[in-house]
Amino acid sequence: MALTGDGTRAQPASNGVKELHVLWISEGMSCDGDTISITAASQPSIEDVLLGLVPGLPKVHLHNKVLAVETGDDYMVPFWKASRGELETPFVLVIEGSIPNEKIDGDGYWTGLGVEPSTGQPKKLTAWIDELAPKAWGVIAVGTCATYGGIHAMAGNPTGCMGLADYLGWGFRSAGGLPIVNVPGCPVQPDNFMETLLWLLYQAAGQAPTIPLDDALRPTWLFGKTVHEGCDRAGYYEQGDFARDYNSPKCLVRTGCWGPVINCNVTKRGWMNNLGGCPNVGGICIGCTMPGFPDKFMPFMDEPPGAVLSTTVSTSWGSVVRRLRTITNKTVTLEPKWRHNRPELTTGFNPRYMNRGGDQR
Amino acid sequence: MTTAVREPVKSERRNLVEMHWDPITRIVGNLGIYTKIDFDNREVVECHSTSSMFRGYSVFMKGKDPRDAHFITSRICGICGDNHATCSVYAQNMAYGVKPPPLAEWIINLGEAAEYMFDHTIFQDNLVFVDWCEEMVKATNPSLLAKAEKAEAPHAKIHGFRTIADIMRAFNPFTGSMYLEALQVSRTTREMICLMEGRHVHPSTLYPGGVGTVASPQVFSDYFVRLLRTLDFVKRAVPLNDDLFDFFYQALPGYEKVGLRRTLLGCWGSFQNPAVCDYDYRRMTDWGRAMFVTPGVVVDGKLVTTDLVDINLGIRILLGSSYYDDWEDETMFVRQDPLGNPVDRRHPWNQTTLPHPQKRDFDGNYSWVMSPRWYDSRSDQLLALDTGGGALARLWSTALAGIVDTPFLKATGSSVKMVLPKSAKFPEMELEWKVPKWANTIERDRARIYFIAYAAAMAVYFYEQAMIEVRAGRTKTFSDFDVPENAIGCGFHEAVRGVLSHHVVIRDKKIANYHPYPPTPWNASPRDVHGTPGPYEDAVQGLPIFEENGREGFKGIDIMRTVRSFDPCLPCGVHMYLGDGKTLDVTHSPMLGLGG
Repeated sequence: MALTGDGTRAQPASNGVKELHVLWISEGMSCDGDTISITAASQPSIEDVLLGLVPGLPKVHLHNKVLAVETGDDYMVPFWKASRGELETPFVLVIEGSIPNEKIDGDGYWTGLGVEPSTGQPKKLTAWIDELAPKAWGVIAVGTCATYGGIHAMAGNPTGCMGLADYLGWGFRSAGGLPIVNVPGCPVQPDNFMETLLWLLYQAAGQAPTIPLDDALRPTWLFGKTVHEGCDRAGYYEQGDFARDYNSPKCLVRTGCWGPVINCNVTKRGWMNNLGGCPNVGGICIGCTMPGFPDKFMPFMDEPPGAVLSTTVSTSWGSVVRRLRTITNKTVTLEPKWRHNRPELTTGFNPRYMNRGGDQR
Repeated sequence: MTTAVREPVKSERRNLVEMHWDPITRIVGNLGIYTKIDFDNREVVECHSTSSMFRGYSVFMKGKDPRDAHFITSRICGICGDNHATCSVYAQNMAYGVKPPPLAEWIINLGEAAEYMFDHTIFQDNLVFVDWCEEMVKATNPSLLAKAEKAEAPHAKIHGFRTIADIMRAFNPFTGSMYLEALQVSRTTREMICLMEGRHVHPSTLYPGGVGTVASPQVFSDYFVRLLRTLDFVKRAVPLNDDLFDFFYQALPGYEKVGLRRTLLGCWGSFQNPAVCDYDYRRMTDWGRAMFVTPGVVVDGKLVTTDLVDINLGIRILLGSSYYDDWEDETMFVRQDPLGNPVDRRHPWNQTTLPHPQKRDFDGNYSWVMSPRWYDSRSDQLLALDTGGGALARLWSTALAGIVDTPFLKATGSSVKMVLPKSAKFPEMELEWKVPKWANTIERDRARIYFIAYAAAMAVYFYEQAMIEVRAGRTKTFSDFDVPENAIGCGFHEAVRGVLSHHVVIRDKKIANYHPYPPTPWNASPRDVHGTPGPYEDAVQGLPIFEENGREGFKGIDIMRTVRSFDPCLPCGVHMYLGDGKTLDVTHSPMLGLGG
């Protein structure tokens, strides 16, 4: 029987997409931190995808400002082509940064990309989204700014900005029939984005079913658990043992950590290559993946209001548990008593050679 | 008053072609460059630099808890957010009167050293060098490429590339060997940041008063092995860059004029020395000079100050071509600094930012960036300082000051000597950066690679200092504090691409005013109210064109190299906004921000 290593299963399905463009616009209200973040990904890396090192994926042409070779008008060519529906292959639109309210920009603009030839003025981000989103096979919002508004949509902000789904409508469907795919995080965890892109590319190639999303349009396997559920400091919580300041390796809930109620996998995945993260390495969780970020978590360094009751309860029964565990820990810290150097065996083994005086044979 | 190094070019009777590049790619943020070019005389005659994005940071910071400031301001920048978080923590430490334990300072220094190594590597090798790679040179200067094919690389034995063209090929995007290796190095160095600061680019473990990083030996060994692994790359990259840049000088006589401007460099200092630094403004002169990158202002090649108090008081924020209304009649928050010196109305402490979105008009207002200048009391001039992309100003200021002296790095008065310890492929290696003849495109780029070596050498030192603390059992990383009712603070740091300051005013335990000034407003600023162009504009105006393409197929490569040599980072450029909310009536003298 032949081995099935002939690559057939790794080819795009015959009706699948064989080649596509990724048009990445970071001209939302952003810091470009999500673009920088994906250059940190290694599971897979961006070059793995672009160089075709992942079997079964369509050929990908990435158009991203930070990584582009071309500049100015040359760089803008695929964007204009896509807006006229002239790209030869399907495209995925990635939006980074929150969407400003250009209805309140006076005679000017909050943010633009490229130049509108008829006026010589910057072409507004919202105009690009209006033209490109309905034509895109899929639309991804990367980072918390694009998904839900994030930092720049904080109370008192001047631009009235919002998340992409707030702008396009939560019921939006792309040309490929997909809702917006949200990958939040401030910035996005590098591998979380690449893994989501990978799923969508497999899906476009006809190799994967529709990406599973929750009500906030997040991939369920990435955002289905809480920070606390994955945190290696959660054991301290269970024992009612809380850090009083940032010198401590214990549970940080009393010093501002929101981990117990935040959907994020950072404590499981770490930040890069399984290193770093947030409460697991001494950084309070400020809820940066959440639609309520940042306002609902400020001031960041105070104990979350909802944590007061639960930590108090945890402290009372947890301290009992901890004391009992301390006792058990002392017990298991002692070696069993049969490990000694006396001229006798006390392990419970009954050596016949001793009883029979060495006449075994 | 002019800061231009060349005479203004008269544009009458010249055949000028308008050309623009918008967006400029391979940078962070939104930037457009608009020029008028005289192709007959192969010269750029006029340049305007514009940014097409406004977010408005200070407005949503106003009224917020000041302890939130570093979490928020980190989000200004997606590549050097940790520089902002660090600078904000410095400013908060001053305002709260808290001194972190020494180990916390070593941890932040280790994190920031890794940030310089990461950011300079990815920017130089994956963004800037696409302009110098074989594919690009083939498209812009084919005859130069032919020369490069025959030019032996002087340091081939170290870096392994026989000819200059081989070096250029190594930087072809996504295929060249150095390009791909640099991406990996940028990941290893980012892992080092994650070890010290939790995450890149918005750290999780930095706080006013210290860090939450668990200071066990493990975190330092994890860092150090990655540092050692990176040293081989650094030892190859420095001579490789020298070979490539020296070739350009040699093969294209006059290339030193590309991106040349008068030497007007600012550096606000980096890496606190916990033995001296207590964050008390009144002793800022001393602890500023104790930083392991010496703050300073270099004018025409001379160091005019190394005093952070001088530097602080000289900062002026001008308008002139920016989409904002003036704040002459708004609140003065700070009339005197804690030493009793008068503080200008145009100083960041007293800035009120009133945005006014409008159409772009290159004869009027054309950018969301403002125009920071530095007042030089000696010459009574408002100088359009640049940062030289960060590294150039840091090296220049540190070298001339001649203060920094550690086992791995010494400033000599005219150079900086760095010693990188033995690594897998190379023995111990000494590198020396010497003050160059010009502040131009090539020297900005060359300095960047030397500063990676600088940061690596300092990281070895910081590691040793941190381990002294750990081995002595001094593992506290955080000092507690209270937020005072009223206070002021300022933080000075070096973002990767240059000067960074954060100024905060606290009233009733809330932020009353907060203004970060990162490098890019300095570099990308438009013409100010006095008509002085910003550094990008100044460096591009009068630029000689070496590209072999004529008007058809013109890539503007010399212009692109020049703009990118400043390491543009526009999210840093455009973020300031203070809404016209509650006006604070300040009648009492400013609080000193010292203690509770």
